Amino acid sequence: MITLKINGKEHQVDVDPSMPLLWVIRDIIGYTGTKFGCGKGLCGACMVLMDGTAVNSCQMPVSAMQGREIITIEGETENLQALQKSWAELNVPQCGFCQSGQLITSTAMLNNNPNPSEEDINSNMSRNICRCGTYTRIKGAIKHCVEQNNKS
Amino acid sequence: MEPIKNISRRGFIKGIGLASGGLVLASTVYSFSKFEDEAEVISEFNPNLFVQLNSDGSLILVASRSEMGQGVRTSLTSVIADEMEADWDKVTVKQATGDKKYGNQNTDGSRSVRTLFQKMRQMGATVKSVLITSAAKSWNVPESECTAENHFIVHTSGKKIGFGELVDIAKTLEVPEKVKLKSPKDFKYIGKNLPSIDVESLSNGSAVFGLDKRIPNMKFAAIKRCPVAHGTVKSFDKTEALKVKGVVDVVEVPMLRKAFGPLGGVAVIATNTWAAFKGRDALKVEWDTGANDSYNSEAYMKSITANVHKPGHVEKSIGNIESAFQSSNKSVEATYRLPHLAHSPMEVPNAVASVNGNTCEVWAPIQSPQAARREVANFLNTEEANVTINVTFLGGGFGRKAKPDFIVEATAISKAINGPVQVVWSREDDIQHSYYHTVSSQYLKGALDSKGNVTGWLHRFALPTIGSTFTPGKNLPQAWEARSAKDVPYDVPNMQIETGKADAHVRIGWLRSVINIPHGFAINVFADELAHVAGKDPLDFRLNLIGRDRIQDTKDPYKYNTAKLKHVLKTTAKNAGYGKPLPEGHAIGLAVHYSFYSHLAAAVEVSITDGSLKVHKINMAIDCGTAINKDTITAQMEGSAIFGMSLAFYGKITAKDGAIEQSNFHDYRMTRMSQAPDIHVEVIDSNEPPTGVGEPGVPIIAPAIVNAIFKATGKRYRSLPLSDHGLV
Ligand code: FES
Ligand code: FES
Repeated sequence: MITLKINGKEHQVDVDPSMPLLWVIRDIIGYTGTKFGCGKGLCGACMVLMDGTAVNSCQMPVSAMQGREIITIEGETENLQALQKSWAELNVPQCGFCQSGQLITSTAMLNNNPNPSEEDINSNMSRNICRCGTYTRIKGAIKHCVEQNNKS
Repeated sequence: MEPIKNISRRGFIKGIGLASGGLVLASTVYSFSKFEDEAEVISEFNPNLFVQLNSDGSLILVASRSEMGQGVRTSLTSVIADEMEADWDKVTVKQATGDKKYGNQNTDGSRSVRTLFQKMRQMGATVKSVLITSAAKSWNVPESECTAENHFIVHTSGKKIGFGELVDIAKTLEVPEKVKLKSPKDFKYIGKNLPSIDVESLSNGSAVFGLDKRIPNMKFAAIKRCPVAHGTVKSFDKTEALKVKGVVDVVEVPMLRKAFGPLGGVAVIATNTWAAFKGRDALKVEWDTGANDSYNSEAYMKSITANVHKPGHVEKSIGNIESAFQSSNKSVEATYRLPHLAHSPMEVPNAVASVNGNTCEVWAPIQSPQAARREVANFLNTEEANVTINVTFLGGGFGRKAKPDFIVEATAISKAINGPVQVVWSREDDIQHSYYHTVSSQYLKGALDSKGNVTGWLHRFALPTIGSTFTPGKNLPQAWEARSAKDVPYDVPNMQIETGKADAHVRIGWLRSVINIPHGFAINVFADELAHVAGKDPLDFRLNLIGRDRIQDTKDPYKYNTAKLKHVLKTTAKNAGYGKPLPEGHAIGLAVHYSFYSHLAAAVEVSITDGSLKVHKINMAIDCGTAINKDTITAQMEGSAIFGMSLAFYGKITAKDGAIEQSNFHDYRMTRMSQAPDIHVEVIDSNEPPTGVGEPGVPIIAPAIVNAIFKATGKRYRSLPLSDHGLV
């Protein structure tokens, strides 16, 4: 049995310890907001927050997740909700499939660095692929969110 | 024009997933099939457009088209809401299942808005008119004293009543035959930038894509397919696969040699996706690779290029091309080579199927739910009525999800294991077993007179046809695949378009903007080459090549208009600062193309530093008739620009001994944010009927980049991707 803490709730799972966190979240526990895009750490669709840092959950064996604080797109953390608001204001998603990952990566970025430069945004967000090509808007929404955060 | 009917009391409301009790109007929207696609005969009243107004004021529209990021669930609804003066916040959309009663549901060809716009307006205006009549009746006042305003009917005296409260009276009324449509200047939602009604669920993980569908007792399956298209299983050993924790079964999936048939292989069924993947890795399969194992991309490119370097099948000939070349002052020739592409939507192909005796229910991200229904019914040898296709959100489609082979796979496995199953493709599966965008070789030759005018234009191309997927053995392009070359809107007196032979060795499919990718590339780069030889500025030269104002001579109700084409080109050049001083080392390249009945141009600014390419700015202008939602159109152009950059930079699928060599995003790369340029889009104002948006932005990007590189460096790249040339 492995104990996982996801979005503030504890879950006991009995799985192959080498199973990536992604599949435990999606297929065993049943949060489907975290997406599968490549399975090789190349696209960022599976991004979750692990103790506040963005990680590709398809590359994380579940056995290494004991005692970690995992937050998925369904979870709550200040910057995530603020970014989701900006996402809506700028009408960011097209198909939406990559957006959970995009939002988690940008949440982690703002957690670390509340005022990212253009370059910070580019390098952080280049971990995530958007096949629909929403990059312009993602960048705009991040900047908008930073502005709002700085106002309040 | 087909009538709009009040069907509030009809029995079949339940069948379309609407609750009874509301005011339900229905109508038929013909597809554009009289002019394109297969003929479609609808003899009786077969509505495919449904609007329901409930007594609590909520307004429901059944969406017959699939949502894959193009915003169709928002654009279509907003048109109805606008004409009926509804409150946008009261609108919800219900997704239709795959059923012929909805008319054509194929969500491709950039045509949803184009074909549905007018009827949506009438539907909205009809609901409004019925509500006005209802209010006038209940107040006992003349209708002329009542108007509709933001979900209320208002009387000149100032009293008002909510739409919902009028439902009971409205249900009993016949609908008027004629209604008055709003003047475009009074539009409230059309042309305004409504955000997607799905923006929240698409940003918080709650939207259900195919991959997210879960039903009780559902298993997960991964299929090992033959590396070579249409190869078959000789034998397999499942011992090791069955040892993987979570694996419950291994079954063979048949190969069906038809357009949407499964490729076949061996499926591993497990209690979770990971176990299914691991079990598949442990499978041992021997293949009979079949005839396609001789497919080698390099040799193949040579052979189709040889076919365009000799006379081909003449598709069109005007004037006399031979004498044009003989009397020319200068002639120019060039050969362009483009590789296969895979769609690779972020969400891989997948489907949930639950077969129960001779019935089957499916949940899948599918662009063509009716084709899926037909294929599943055929496979199970049952009636279509026994098959339900539920359409989920699509995590991108780009044409891949118009082919329901993955749904037939899920059906076959569910039948074999006698229980519900979700088939999941890995990214490797997606890249190695796609319906590939065609590989192409194109030869162009142009004649210039002493003034630098183009007097002759020969365009010869060879590419495996999409027709080969439907009729194996076809090796010449179909008529529609020649159209974007034949209808090139250039004013040249002598023109000849020819096609060369090309056999298909993989499944060929349509990918966002389809044949316009190779044609748009060759035509736009060649025009730039001609300008250079003629010693002219590319913009002036191109405007001259498009020539005098004229409208295409065609039976199709939509026609190209060279004035519009010149206008989008001039607009985008101006927005890009074309001709003005640019930063050191920067240059702008142009492209202009007419496709999906829309007129588009791009101006792309690049620089090359130490041999490495950077795209700084992309300017695009689009004339797509009436813009229902400029923000969505802009988003589609932004997406097309990135999609076009990906194919220009990295897009290349190759085969060795019939097997695809690329496998995931490390060797089939995509544009990322650090490369994303500033994108500026101008949507031209127009009151003409709306035309395509989702696809036509793609084909102008790669040629504009190549033309810009030439201007910056004097180097001409005639093949893609640019990564092959070490530029990215
Ligand atoms: S699915 Fe994990 S990085 Fe792509
Ligand atoms: S919105 Fe479709 S992949 Fe990003």
